[in-house]
Amino acid sequence: MTLHTLSILVEDHPGALSRISGLFSRRGYNIGSLAVGPCESAGLSRITITVTGDDAQVEQVRKQASKLIDVIRVSDMTGTPRVERELALIRVTAGPGAPQAEIMQIAQTFQAAVVDIGSASVLLEVTGDTGKIDATERLLRRYGVRECTRTGKIAARREEKDT
Amino acid sequence: MKSGARILVESLHRQGVSTIFGYPGAAVLPIYDELYSSPVRHILVRHEQAAAHAADGYARASGQTGVCLATSGPGACNLVTGIATAYMDSSPVIAITGQVATHLIGNDAFQEADITGITMPVTKHSYLVKRTEDLGGVIMEAFHIAGSGRKGPVLVDIPKDVSMNRISHDPSGDAIHPRGYSPTVNANRRQITRAVDMIANAERPLIYAGGGVIASGASGELLQLAELMMIPVTSTLMGLGCIPGDHPLNLGMLGMHGTAQANYAVTGCDLLIAIGARFDDRVTGKIEAFAPRAQVIHVDIDPAEIGKNREAHLPVVGDCRDVLLHLCSHLQKGKTGDSWQQTIAGWKQQYRPVYGGDGFLHPQDIIRAISDMLGGNSVIVTEVGQHQMWTAQHYCFRSPRQLITSGGLGTMGFGLPAAMGAHYARPEVPVIDISGDGSLQMNIQEFGTIAQYNIPVKIMVMNNMFLGMVRQWQELFHDRRYSFTELPPVDFVRIAEAYGIGGMKVESCDEVVPAVETALSTDGPFLIDFRIEREENVFPMVPAGAAVNEMMGVRRQ
Ligand SMILES: Cc1cc2nc3c(=O)[nH]c(=O)nc-3n(C[C@H](O)[C@H](O)[C@H](O)COP(=O)(O)OP(=O)(O)OC[C@H]3O[C@@H](n4cnc5c(N)ncnc54)[C@H](O)[C@@H]3O)c2cc1C
Ligand SMILES: Cc1ncc(C[n+]2csc(CCOP(=O)(O)OP(=O)(O)O)c2C)c(N)n1
Repeated sequence: MTLHTLSILVEDHPGALSRISGLFSRRGYNIGSLAVGPCESAGLSRITITVTGDDAQVEQVRKQASKLIDVIRVSDMTGTPRVERELALIRVTAGPGAPQAEIMQIAQTFQAAVVDIGSASVLLEVTGDTGKIDATERLLRRYGVRECTRTGKIAARREEKDT
Repeated sequence: MKSGARILVESLHRQGVSTIFGYPGAAVLPIYDELYSSPVRHILVRHEQAAAHAADGYARASGQTGVCLATSGPGACNLVTGIATAYMDSSPVIAITGQVATHLIGNDAFQEADITGITMPVTKHSYLVKRTEDLGGVIMEAFHIAGSGRKGPVLVDIPKDVSMNRISHDPSGDAIHPRGYSPTVNANRRQITRAVDMIANAERPLIYAGGGVIASGASGELLQLAELMMIPVTSTLMGLGCIPGDHPLNLGMLGMHGTAQANYAVTGCDLLIAIGARFDDRVTGKIEAFAPRAQVIHVDIDPAEIGKNREAHLPVVGDCRDVLLHLCSHLQKGKTGDSWQQTIAGWKQQYRPVYGGDGFLHPQDIIRAISDMLGGNSVIVTEVGQHQMWTAQHYCFRSPRQLITSGGLGTMGFGLPAAMGAHYARPEVPVIDISGDGSLQMNIQEFGTIAQYNIPVKIMVMNNMFLGMVRQWQELFHDRRYSFTELPPVDFVRIAEAYGIGGMKVESCDEVVPAVETALSTDGPFLIDFRIEREENVFPMVPAGAAVNEMMGVRRQ
């Protein structure tokens, strides 16, 4: 069982997303994370889905998804050199008396931006791969995380390097 | 200026649809108004489920796409079982549903149901048409998708204002071809070459043919390959008729209720050539023990079927007919090992079907009598249950599309309406619905339709006053605790009469042939109520979870 990242190019049609998510749940796969947005071609969207399963299972759901009429292409990015990114917005308790400096230090270490400062909390924005965001959140938790919102993962292939 | 309804009906006509099956309601009134004076014939069913099955039966009998029509909400929902039935057996059907007007969608309006959402898992594709300008193009696209690649049902949901609005220019001609859809028809040549090698070198090859052979119109090519290399052929329920039942290379059906020789051959073969078959669990039994000694060549137009249930040593994605043509042209005439031929001949000799012979009325004898009387000149439609399996085992099918049956979903109530559809597809051929007393009562209201249009369907009820197939499982696996499977006697002849349909009851063997003759010589529909042995079972039977060679009810002779 491994975590697979599938990148799905779809027609920008109403219902396309529910066809895809419906297919995953109908065939017994749990979607780990999901991100949808426009892409380089007008009229198409790219959906990035993470799903856990053995290679044969994921290959089966990849083939089933490819059959949907609204789906142009499904690529399993697992195993290809790629960049993966997620974004999180994390609100941390940081009122008077809180160890502001420590929080700022953590933010700095993870290159998180402070996007809002209130009287009792700060809102940090952090991007990176799943591991980095998990780590940031874990470290901040001891100061009290009031709210954490994460996007789904997106991924892009790295260009092949000439050797 | 043309209304959406007119564009729809003209598009159907242009697609070559002769007959559609439907039931009216408010949301489809504009469409019905167009049908009133259209060359497309409309058959009024008595329940929308029957419209979907009839369109499906029309499709299976003809190979053309069938069309059904229902109103929004309850009408559309009543189609669902029929759509799912077509989906499971990859049958090309277009389901057209009315919808509430676009400005009311999402508002819980009167008779609103999200039918595209409800049917999403059981359609190949679906459309909710939002503008009259899109309608013509959508219909063309829907026919293209339903009838190509791995065929299947497509639903087109049309809001009432979209069918009422008039437009001056119908841009149907500029239908866009969906970018994400291009089924692979022509197989990879290298795979063909490898298949040729594997076939030429096999000692104990076996062809396992399925519904894909029928869908692709490849029966002739299949027979050519089998005869060229002398390879025995077994087929699934959905593949029956792809090789003549009395052909020396035919082993009959395999699987749960397959023949002994077919299941032994699967277990013993060293090369399994699966063509248009999907390794269904009713076929494989315990999957680890299915064809345990065989290399597998799997030919299928749907890449997702290959490797789904059983790993293939050689996957070949493509249309059966294309693949078989190439195989035949590359293979030198050859003969598989004599000992394999002899082993199979031995099984065929030793394991004859076991039943009857005691003078009582057995369904197997009835079906054999009908088979002897009609032979290849018939379309045989079944419901679901024991009678369906007896038909598969004892009717000698001579040609593709001769058997029409719900295999994947196993829908009781499919047969009678599907038989109506089959009649409109092939009006020159006698259409028989072989039924059980349970299944018949699932869509018995269609007596009204066959009476109204004088549809000459002959209904043969194997009446055991039980939900026989379920009773058989209770007998074998639940200590004969017949929990809710006994049906009180029903006088089907009198029900038929009430609708103006002729019928007779048969209680002994010697009445069978004269009764069937009467049915066949009567113009219009006819019903025979055969009062069969009540606790007859279907054998052979592979119990759930067992290997296919572990059959109950086979006796060596
Ligand atoms: C009570 C009951 C008992 C049953 N018992 C048995 C039994 O004992 N034995 C049995 O065999 N079945 C039995 N069935 C039926 C069973 O459930 C399945 O429906 C059936 O086995 C599936 O047949 P198939 O593999 O031919 O696939 P189908 O459902 O006919 O599918 C066709 C396959 O061919 C492919 N295909 C379609 N078009 C093409 C093309 N042009 N070119 C290439 N490939 C194509 C499709 O992608 C698909 O994979 C029973 C059903 C019921 C209700
Ligand atoms: C709509 C539907 N409901 C339930 C079943 C489960 N089922 C399978 S066979 C069967 C009994 C069929 O009885 P009958 O039509 O009398 O045929 P027989 O088996 O007696 O020949 C039942 C209930 C089904 N296949 N379809």
